[in-house]
Amino acid sequence: MMDKRVASIAEALSGVRDGAVVLVGGFGAVGQPNMLMDGLAEQGARELTIVANNAGWGRETGIPRLMGLGRVRKIVCSFPKGSVIFDELFRAGKLEVELVPQGTLAERIRAAGAGIPAFYTPTGVGTRMGEGKEVREFAGRSFLLEQALQADVALIEAWRADRWGNLTYRGSGRNFNPIMAMAARLTIVQAHDVVELGELDPEIVVTPGIFVDRVVRVARE
Amino acid sequence: MKDIVMASATPLDRTGMAARLVRDIPEGWYVNLGVGMPTTVADHVPPGREVVFHSENGILGMGPAPSPDAVDPWLVNAGKKAVTLLPGAALFHHADSFAMIRGGHLDLCVLGAFEVAENGDIANWTTSSNDIVPAVGGAMDLAVGAKQLWVIMEHTTKEGRPRLVEHCSYPLTAPGSVNRVYTNLAVLEVTARGFELLDIVAGLTIEALQTMTAAKIHLPRTT
Repeated sequence: MMDKRVASIAEALSGVRDGAVVLVGGFGAVGQPNMLMDGLAEQGARELTIVANNAGWGRETGIPRLMGLGRVRKIVCSFPKGSVIFDELFRAGKLEVELVPQGTLAERIRAAGAGIPAFYTPTGVGTRMGEGKEVREFAGRSFLLEQALQADVALIEAWRADRWGNLTYRGSGRNFNPIMAMAARLTIVQAHDVVELGELDPEIVVTPGIFVDRVVRVARE
Repeated sequence: MKDIVMASATPLDRTGMAARLVRDIPEGWYVNLGVGMPTTVADHVPPGREVVFHSENGILGMGPAPSPDAVDPWLVNAGKKAVTLLPGAALFHHADSFAMIRGGHLDLCVLGAFEVAENGDIANWTTSSNDIVPAVGGAMDLAVGAKQLWVIMEHTTKEGRPRLVEHCSYPLTAPGSVNRVYTNLAVLEVTARGFELLDIVAGLTIEALQTMTAAKIHLPRTT
């Protein structure tokens, strides 16, 4: 019987290694896998590269907590502003940052999941983001070459899941989660509800289970 | 100088600027509104005119903020503020959302800016070449992707420095992308020959407007 469900956050995160590239779902606080992030802090992996749209808020949970514990070597994101910890570490030169336009970030993740090594985009041409990147013209317009963003681990928040790893999302909590689930070698999901196989209407499954490795149920916060 | 030329004019306040911009959005357009003042544009669409608002985090058919007792924590806009879904709304992931943006499917994007140049260059993401905490978000994708890019901003800085310029002094968000600028004083179209005046507030002369603009203002050609 194929069963991707695991019993605990600790089990869900076992095997995440030092130096891993970790995709973290969410846009603002919505769709962030907070329990998995807290679990990763407990798990102890170091020298992590975190890929997320935002660098979080406050200090106590999520990406800021990991940064505060000194576990993050590099962050790849589009909008780090708002995180006090990020600000402190960045100013102190203790954190490497790769700033990526939001749509380019999304497409680099999608491309990784889709087996596309690189792609051309109009975003960032003629700006600081284009510095050092290949520019090519198509039909008289210039485009930047951007590379897929391969990752070791994806941490995902879903609304409902089944034991095969099929997922649904809620509201704007979908955001980066479905494409991040596709792009990592190990995709770990926290779901608010885990239902029996067959209970999710195939018409509404957003992430098919093929992209998912582990599912852990979490209590609604 | 500024006080003298402005004495008889009535600059628009932020509400007035948003309302002026909304007059030019036709029914049926798909529109993305940037964070900040652009977001308030949605509040001025007259009842009965169907305009579909897009939010970069995966919403089409976004509605106004809910009452405090009806907040759904799983529904936020690009500024991370609580919103609602209108009948006909759709939800999607980030790659699809930016496919809509980059793929030219949106009719209009409205952004704020620090500066707009007469060739349509926009600078709106950082005011420094060595910004200590940089952030870009979706601005660069929005600026190159939508069919029309309109900027809503004050005509000058608080210190009176023009924001409409020949060349942007701040790092660019995108080159040659702005179609139109709505300020507290005027509406200007970006054309092949530069800024062309479409509208000006009551009591302000074109000469006075020119003194607050660091690029030439052209009058529309009459055919």
